[in-house]
Amino acid sequence: MSDAAQWGRARDALRLFALDPKAMGGLWIRARPGPARDHALRILEPLGARRLSPSMSDEALDGGLDLAATLATGRPVRRSGLIDAADIVCLTMAERAAPALAARLGQAMDAGELGVIALDESAGDDEHLPAALGERLGLFLNLDDLPRGALGAVPLPDRTRARSLYCRVTLPDGAFRNIVAAAVALGIDSLRAPMLTGRAARGLAALDGRLHVEESDLIRAVELTLAHRGVMTDAPSDETAPPPPPPDDRSDERPDTPPEASEGPPPELLVEAARASLPPDLLSALVAGRVARTQRAAQGSGAAIRSNRRGRPLPARPGQISDAARLDVAATLRAAAPWQKLRRESGPARLLHLRSEDFRIRRFEQKSDRLLIFAVDASGSQAMARLAEAKGAIELLLSQAYARRDHVALIAFRGAGAELLLPPTRSLVQTRKRLAALPGGGGTPLATGLLAAVDLARHAGGRGFTPSLALLTDGRANIDLEGHADRMQAGDDARRIAAEVQAICPGGLVVDTGRRATPDLAALAGIMSARYLALPRADASRLGQAVAPIMAS
Amino acid sequence: MTRPFPFSAIVGQQAMKRAMILTAIDAKIGGVLVFGDRGTGKSTAVRALAALLPPIRQVADCPVNSARKSECPDWAQIGSTRIVQRPTPVVDLPLGATEDRVTGALDIERALTRGEKAFQPGLLARANRGYLYIDEVNLLEDHIVDLLLDVAQSGENVVEREGLSIRHPARFVLVGSGNPEEGELRPQLLDRFGLAVDVTSPRDVETRVEVMRRRDAYDRDPKAFAAEWDAADADLRAAIVAARAALPKVETPEGVLHDCAALCIALGSDGLRGELTLLRTARAQAAFEGAAEVGRDHLRRVAAMALQHRLRRDPMDEAGSAVRVDRIVSETLGPLRAAAE
Repeated sequence: MSDAAQWGRARDALRLFALDPKAMGGLWIRARPGPARDHALRILEPLGARRLSPSMSDEALDGGLDLAATLATGRPVRRSGLIDAADIVCLTMAERAAPALAARLGQAMDAGELGVIALDESAGDDEHLPAALGERLGLFLNLDDLPRGALGAVPLPDRTRARSLYCRVTLPDGAFRNIVAAAVALGIDSLRAPMLTGRAARGLAALDGRLHVEESDLIRAVELTLAHRGVMTDAPSDETAPPPPPPDDRSDERPDTPPEASEGPPPELLVEAARASLPPDLLSALVAGRVARTQRAAQGSGAAIRSNRRGRPLPARPGQISDAARLDVAATLRAAAPWQKLRRESGPARLLHLRSEDFRIRRFEQKSDRLLIFAVDASGSQAMARLAEAKGAIELLLSQAYARRDHVALIAFRGAGAELLLPPTRSLVQTRKRLAALPGGGGTPLATGLLAAVDLARHAGGRGFTPSLALLTDGRANIDLEGHADRMQAGDDARRIAAEVQAICPGGLVVDTGRRATPDLAALAGIMSARYLALPRADASRLGQAVAPIMAS
Repeated sequence: MTRPFPFSAIVGQQAMKRAMILTAIDAKIGGVLVFGDRGTGKSTAVRALAALLPPIRQVADCPVNSARKSECPDWAQIGSTRIVQRPTPVVDLPLGATEDRVTGALDIERALTRGEKAFQPGLLARANRGYLYIDEVNLLEDHIVDLLLDVAQSGENVVEREGLSIRHPARFVLVGSGNPEEGELRPQLLDRFGLAVDVTSPRDVETRVEVMRRRDAYDRDPKAFAAEWDAADADLRAAIVAARAALPKVETPEGVLHDCAALCIALGSDGLRGELTLLRTARAQAAFEGAAEVGRDHLRRVAAMALQHRLRRDPMDEAGSAVRVDRIVSETLGPLRAAAE
């Protein structure tokens, strides 16, 4: 995609958003801070968007009692919150937004009360816009790598004129079918997406001063609204195109409505357009397809714990002062304020009457939780039957993790490598699916599996998790870190990595799933300072009993 | 305010629509939990339901929507006994709502300006005799969940704080929606919902095209679009009103009680709430169909939504609990054809 084409698309997106921020569902700008992003935001400046950052407290969002003004005037003065007060908000660092914030913005967007500009600075695979937000944002704009030379002026449309036109633009009937077919071919499940495409197409026609939607409008609309949601990026072949019937079939069924030029472009053309507009780096991210999408969801499942030390501020709650609790002075005064008049009448003459029931304790939300990393040996030596038992054992551990509301992650190692099957999540639905689909066979790269676990634990620790490791293997390591079949080296490597495990997340669990207990594995567990447990054949419930104390610690 | 999307115009999603209709017929069924993909019209359906439901009669200024003067709480100090018709309340509980806003709290304005202790009712008061809707219910803060559980259990909101001691009725139908991939719902809250339905995006292109076509027509002219569907909505409303009237007269044969018990035992659902909800829902279904007594077919039709979320939690069971219920239903009650009289 040329720079000029990329900027042309950006221009369309900016003008569409300016036309009707609420109807378009918002604008998703993926860009690092830089001239291109600054330029785009400057263009949008006349819209008067209010800044919103993911770390803002609920009070800033919802509004509340303005203490100073209330005391001064003797009557309650409310400060309106950002979400209520603003028509358009600009959410910076949108990839850091908590699911709760995303859900609330989403509700306001659904009600047609809010247009959102989301600045997505995500880098790497582990950062994604919360799904609730990404789903509702209609227009996608990628400004990364756009050189300064490509940027041009964008005259914002005359809103009243363009809007009155927009309301009258109609979509040709065939266009609905084509948009839906394109969405299905791209693997987009949501019904919101094609609706936003239709609005964008109508908007583009209105911006051009037309009352009818042309083929080019549809193609541009698909590029802006569907391309980034697509998960099917492989070449369009009828065998791989999943649920939708291939185009030929459809025209057979309905000979009366063949996709004609007058009704807009055929869906294949729209799909092609969507594919062509994907930037190359996005393409590689999307090849992982559905995984990327579920990862996004997984990140949203973070269990927030309430802490009074650090994190995002939450509304203060009544409580008593103690060493562990920090008083929220403003909230306490606010709680006491209404009573002053009454208390002055009944009590001694004092400037301020504070009682213990007024105390408000500061609370913060902290994304921190226990993370249980399952590293599962899916090698050939772990014969298929044993793998099934290992899965059974994990299920048991999982149900306990669920009861404790821990996060879980799943790593499988077999053949020459280890794979992160499931990034940290609390969704059992996902864990269940991944586990059921876990294949077996190949060598036992124990060290590689442990290394993957160490990496994950280190990374998770950085994000505030407290990781612990549950390793399920028969201990017959025969592939070393380099991927060579060398039993001696493999054992050495495994012990070396086990020492790293001990440093990062000691006190885990090693379940020996071999037919007979393996002394080597017990020794390895010792290095990891993990508890060693031989899985009694076909007795998963005893495992559950044995594990309970470890999980509880 | 623009008119909401008409309930009858929602394409497909039969289970969700029926669950909502059944709770409208008999509020004692409990709430509805709608879990599923994004962009499948969960919130749209709830908003539409609000417009569909027949209006309630209530004392004009009563903060808890009481039907009679004698039911108004004392603290509200209602003077007039004028009765007015209001749309059935459907109250949104936003995720960021504070405890104060949910339960109600001291009326700061009156305390400040007049030095009076007065109660300012919260969302629970407004939802009395109506619906309380929580979008993204699985993201709700734990202390709000606890509070809701307590109120939903007792049907009464008790506020003991800031020197206030207030209680008022809070009987509402809880409607929750969410996406299971964002996180699970606490089992206690799950159990509190009478019915649970899963929604998915429609798979065939035709249905999707129809969804889009209707939505587009609605977007361009909400009023005209809603007018087109007024007749269908009115029919449905009349059917709900008729079913409400017929409900007390619906007979429950002994055999059906046995079937309910047998089903719940076969499914191993915990507690008796499952049986009671199943029976209640089947009665509402029978009333809706105009049947004189509850039959096995009614049980069959509602078993999945009444029971699927009450199965003993097996974290590793495949996602489709509804499928499991349906399988056991046909095992216990026999296949649909044979049992139909």
